[in-house]
Amino acid sequence: MSNAVSVLGGAGFSGIIRVVDAGVTGMITLRGDLACPKIAGAVKATVGVNLPQARNITQNGHNGAGWMSSDELLLTCPYEEACTKVEKLEEALKGEYFLVADVSDARARFTLTGAAVREVLAKGSPADLSPGAWPVGELRRTRLGQVAVAFWLRDDITAELVCFRSLGKFVWDWLNVTAGDDVPGYF
Amino acid sequence: MLILRCPYCGICADETELTPGGEAHLTRFGPGSTDEDFEAYLFLRQNPKGVHIERWCHTCGCGKWFHAVRCTATLEIFGTYSAQNLRPPPDIIEAIKIRRPDWGGFHK
Repeated sequence: MSNAVSVLGGAGFSGIIRVVDAGVTGMITLRGDLACPKIAGAVKATVGVNLPQARNITQNGHNGAGWMSSDELLLTCPYEEACTKVEKLEEALKGEYFLVADVSDARARFTLTGAAVREVLAKGSPADLSPGAWPVGELRRTRLGQVAVAFWLRDDITAELVCFRSLGKFVWDWLNVTAGDDVPGYF
Repeated sequence: MLILRCPYCGICADETELTPGGEAHLTRFGPGSTDEDFEAYLFLRQNPKGVHIERWCHTCGCGKWFHAVRCTATLEIFGTYSAQNLRPPPDIIEAIKIRRPDWGGFHK
C-alpha cells in the first residue's frame, strides 16, 4: 500500500496561535435523509457518536460526525479505518437512498491552538465568530480568504479546520501570514 | 452588503458566501417548445426596480439553492424560503405587502 502523506507533511507554525497540519485523517461523506433512523443507527454503529444537531459536530476522540447540510454528514475517523467504515456503512444502509464516499485523500485538516484562534479565523471569514454566535462544537462552513472551508472549536482555544487538499497550501500560507501578524482584537 | 438567512442551515450568510442565480420561478421551455417561449425562457427577464424574487446558492456554506425576495432599489430583504416552493409562500407575500402596498403581486 502507498504511504499516505498529508498536504504539508505535518508542518507546524507558531505565531499568535499555533497552526499545525493535523496529518492524514479519515473523512467520509455521507449523504441521505438525516431524519431516517437507519442513518442515525449506522453512524452510531460505525463511528460511535450520535447524529449531530443542525450545524454541530459530535466527537469522541478521532471519531466524529459533523452536520454539513440538511442531507450531508462529514464523518471523521483514523485514516486507516476509513475504507472499512465505508464498507460498513454501505452494508448497514442497504436499501436506503444514500451515498457514502471516502474523501480522506481529497481533504486537508489543520489544528489551530491559541487564545486568539477566533481572531485569526475572523480575519478571513465573513462568519460571526464571536463567542456568543459560534460556540464550542458548532461546525461552521464558510470561506477563508477566497476558498471554502469548514471549522469548529474543540474547546475554547482549539479549532479544527478542513478544506480541499488542493487548496491546502493556500490555506496554510494564509494561516501563516495571519497568525504571524498582530491580534486584531475583534472580540 | 446583502445578508440572507439560508432556510436550510439557518445561517445568516453575507453575500460573499453566496452565489446569485438570477430571477426565480422561471418556467423552463426546452426542446419542442416554440421559438418565442424558448427565447423568453433563455433571455427575457423582468428586471424590475423594486420587489424581485431571486435564486441564491449558499456556495461557501451548506451548498443549497434557495429563494430570496428583495428590493432591487433599496436592497431591503423581505424574506427567504426553500427551493422546493413553486411560488412564494403566504407569509413572504404578506411581508412584501406590508412594506410595499403598491406591489403588483406574484404573477406566473
